[in-house]
Amino acid sequence: MSTAVSLGRIRKLKNALALTIAMIAMLFGLFWLIWILATTVELGVASFSWRLFTEMTPPPGSEGGGLANAIAGSLILISLATIVGTPIGIFAGVYLAEYGKHTWLGHTTRFVNDLLLSAPSIIIGLFVYDIYVARVGHFSAMSGVVALALIVIPVVVRTTENMLQLVPNTLREAASALGAPRWAVIGKVTLKASLAGIMTGIMLAVARISGETAPLLFTSLSNQFWTLDMNKPMASLPATIFKFAMSPFKEWQQLAWAGVFLITLGVLTLNILARILFRNKHKQ
Amino acid sequence: MAWVFRKLMEGFAIVDNSTTSSSRTNWGDKVFFNLTRFFALLTLLLLVGIIASLIDGAWPSIKLFGARFLWTGEWNPPMERFGAVIPIYGTLATSLVALVIAVPVSFGIALFLTEMSPPWLRRPLGIAIELLAGIPSIVYGMWGLLVFSPIFAKYVQPFLAATLGKLPLVGSLFEGPPLGIGILCAGVVLAVMTIPFIASVMRDVFEVTPAMLKESAYALGCTTWEVVWNVVLPYTKIGVVGGIMLGLGRALGETMAVTFLIGNMNFFNGFSLFSPGNSIASALANEFAEAESPIYTASLIELGLILFLITMIVLSLSKLLLMRLSAQEGKGT
Amino acid sequence: MKIDKESIMQSTTGTDLETQIAFRNFNFYYGKYKALRNINLDIYKRRVTAFIGPSGCGKSTLLRTINRMYELYPDQHSEGELLLDGVDILGKGTDLNALRARIGMVFQKPTPFPMSIYDNIAFGVKLHERLSRVDMDDRVEWSLRKAALWNEVADKLNQSGMSLSGGQQQRLCIARGIAVKPQVLLLDEPTSALDPISTMRIEELVSELKDEFTIVIVTHNMQQAARVSDFTAYMYLGELVEVGRTDDVFIKPTDKRTEDYITGRFG
Repeated sequence: MSTAVSLGRIRKLKNALALTIAMIAMLFGLFWLIWILATTVELGVASFSWRLFTEMTPPPGSEGGGLANAIAGSLILISLATIVGTPIGIFAGVYLAEYGKHTWLGHTTRFVNDLLLSAPSIIIGLFVYDIYVARVGHFSAMSGVVALALIVIPVVVRTTENMLQLVPNTLREAASALGAPRWAVIGKVTLKASLAGIMTGIMLAVARISGETAPLLFTSLSNQFWTLDMNKPMASLPATIFKFAMSPFKEWQQLAWAGVFLITLGVLTLNILARILFRNKHKQ
Repeated sequence: MAWVFRKLMEGFAIVDNSTTSSSRTNWGDKVFFNLTRFFALLTLLLLVGIIASLIDGAWPSIKLFGARFLWTGEWNPPMERFGAVIPIYGTLATSLVALVIAVPVSFGIALFLTEMSPPWLRRPLGIAIELLAGIPSIVYGMWGLLVFSPIFAKYVQPFLAATLGKLPLVGSLFEGPPLGIGILCAGVVLAVMTIPFIASVMRDVFEVTPAMLKESAYALGCTTWEVVWNVVLPYTKIGVVGGIMLGLGRALGETMAVTFLIGNMNFFNGFSLFSPGNSIASALANEFAEAESPIYTASLIELGLILFLITMIVLSLSKLLLMRLSAQEGKGT
Repeated sequence: MKIDKESIMQSTTGTDLETQIAFRNFNFYYGKYKALRNINLDIYKRRVTAFIGPSGCGKSTLLRTINRMYELYPDQHSEGELLLDGVDILGKGTDLNALRARIGMVFQKPTPFPMSIYDNIAFGVKLHERLSRVDMDDRVEWSLRKAALWNEVADKLNQSGMSLSGGQQQRLCIARGIAVKPQVLLLDEPTSALDPISTMRIEELVSELKDEFTIVIVTHNMQQAARVSDFTAYMYLGELVEVGRTDDVFIKPTDKRTEDYITGRFG
């Protein structure tokens, strides 16, 4: 009996120890999130001014300046990449969920898509450099759009497929029973039913590319000046931050913090909004 | 009401059955089907295209250096002599450091979220951890360089040198001047970036453990820890390894944060984790746009090819393991 | 309720019945929903007691309070007294791990752990006792023999417990439960996932095991209750409608609702 009691005590002690360590691990995770966010907000807000949105990126060592061209560049690159990548992703996702569930092409594409989802983004940049930039002979905003679109596609494919799978089959059968052709069933019923989920996916894709730097380094590069020419290098927030953060100039570093603040704010807002949107939809 | 509805439906059916529109819907179906199939195929071809273009771009280097490229430690752009050892070592070392930290922490987080957290906290805490994955890599990089690495050099490295550095064998990993940036620093930040991926997979697979199986263990008088360690973990081990592989795949290819923190040093400085180094991804990020000679460019692309192949293998393993777990899940019970 | 108690008192007098578990004014809640109302029930030592009733009546809920399995779910709680050998086990001071060592449980579906057949049994024993290798071997064999599984698995103890058939898995779970040498064995619809032949073997097993263990079985198969149990408790909508010797409950139920259920008028 006394061994049973002491065995019990040892087990309880072990349990308490393990659970304490698990709690510390949880706090460890939160600690970094809070630390990074706190620094970003603190330094970002300190360097924040409306100038950021009106003035161009400054030359080295000069006072003032803003991030207007980088912000505009990012917005252009992100929107075009989303516009290009989303339909491709949705179509491919529709194939996986509605037609190719058990086909060879379906299985393989699903597998490859999941690999691309986690593939190093710098390789995407290298790929676009090889098939586009090297052939045209110069860096361009358009090549940056292509690189970001290639990152959008797998994200949208995955969520589209997942969301379409959540649509109950009875809904498809009901629509088909009315005599609607397959494309209309998919386009007007199942896709509509999963709209919120797919929107979530698009938002997450936008969040993902908003912070992407690596694939832009050899495509859209960066540009100190304002440009809307898609055939010229174009500034973007991440590429500008990369350049400014590594520089020894205090002014540049401050602008970089402001940029980091803007990106983090945008990306996290999108992430949280996407989750709220998805959750509300699925509570019904 | 029902009568009106039926009439409407009849009208719909009549229109739909007329030969012209029937052939039109057939045609529409065909176009739509082929359109979706085309884009699915395109996604598939993207992978093939990436590999083909990397091989094509790396060809001059593959031809010139051959397999020697893999075990040559020299990276000398002016002399146009290139070998992959330093960046491959840096890539693997940072990723391993990241896993050594991230795996136990992620396990703890998953354990906390599935077994300990009060239900109302579960979701917000889960989202908070997932947000760590949402923070862009460039933010980790800049924060790591300007905020974390000075603190790391001032407090953490001297502490490690004074404790772990005194141990036999592992001691040599913690030697040298505390510079802040270096393989260890990059690995630590990489760990933070990897935690959300591993932790969410672990949490998800822990949650698929049937409640009845866990209750059976509790019914024998198990403590929470005994249930997790002896029942949940063995039951989900394939998925857990899959999650770790996913984290490894992410860590290997991570670019910006490592570029800021690894020190970008292209020669070997000994095995101490305090020393700066270079990773494949950061070599590309730093040098590719400035590479002048064709052979320099080709060597960098070959590095990219190596990185891509390694990550694809690791990610495939991860995917296959996770697929096996869900197959087992379907068969089981 | 009064009538039930009296009927028990009647049947108790003049026999060697000894109360092992007693519910006194027991209530149970899922959040704010009251799932069990004012349960008063005695479960006797080394007898088989069956809980029957239509699904959702609370019979599984009642069973799961005996080893306080509901503690895993923070929104569930109980009120009243639940006595095991005369000691209230609902109090904060109760050592849950030790309590559960005294009360084994088998579930609706077989739940072998992801380990070998041998370790499935040894695992639970190791939690509570330190045994030498030889003693452990003996214990494993003893419990597998008790569960009528030894002959089928003696030569493959190192194989995974998941490789057995459904019926064998369920007997493995019973062996795992009794290996800890509990006083009480809780069976929560143990045959609901099994074929008729496996079901029969489990039922035979229950009849043999009652020589050593107090057995509580939840079932929605009335023939099963009639075949294996000494006492039957009929539950309806969270209330204990009637309890007594199985023969009495089945042949001359005192409550109209019990009669309706047993004669198949509903449920």
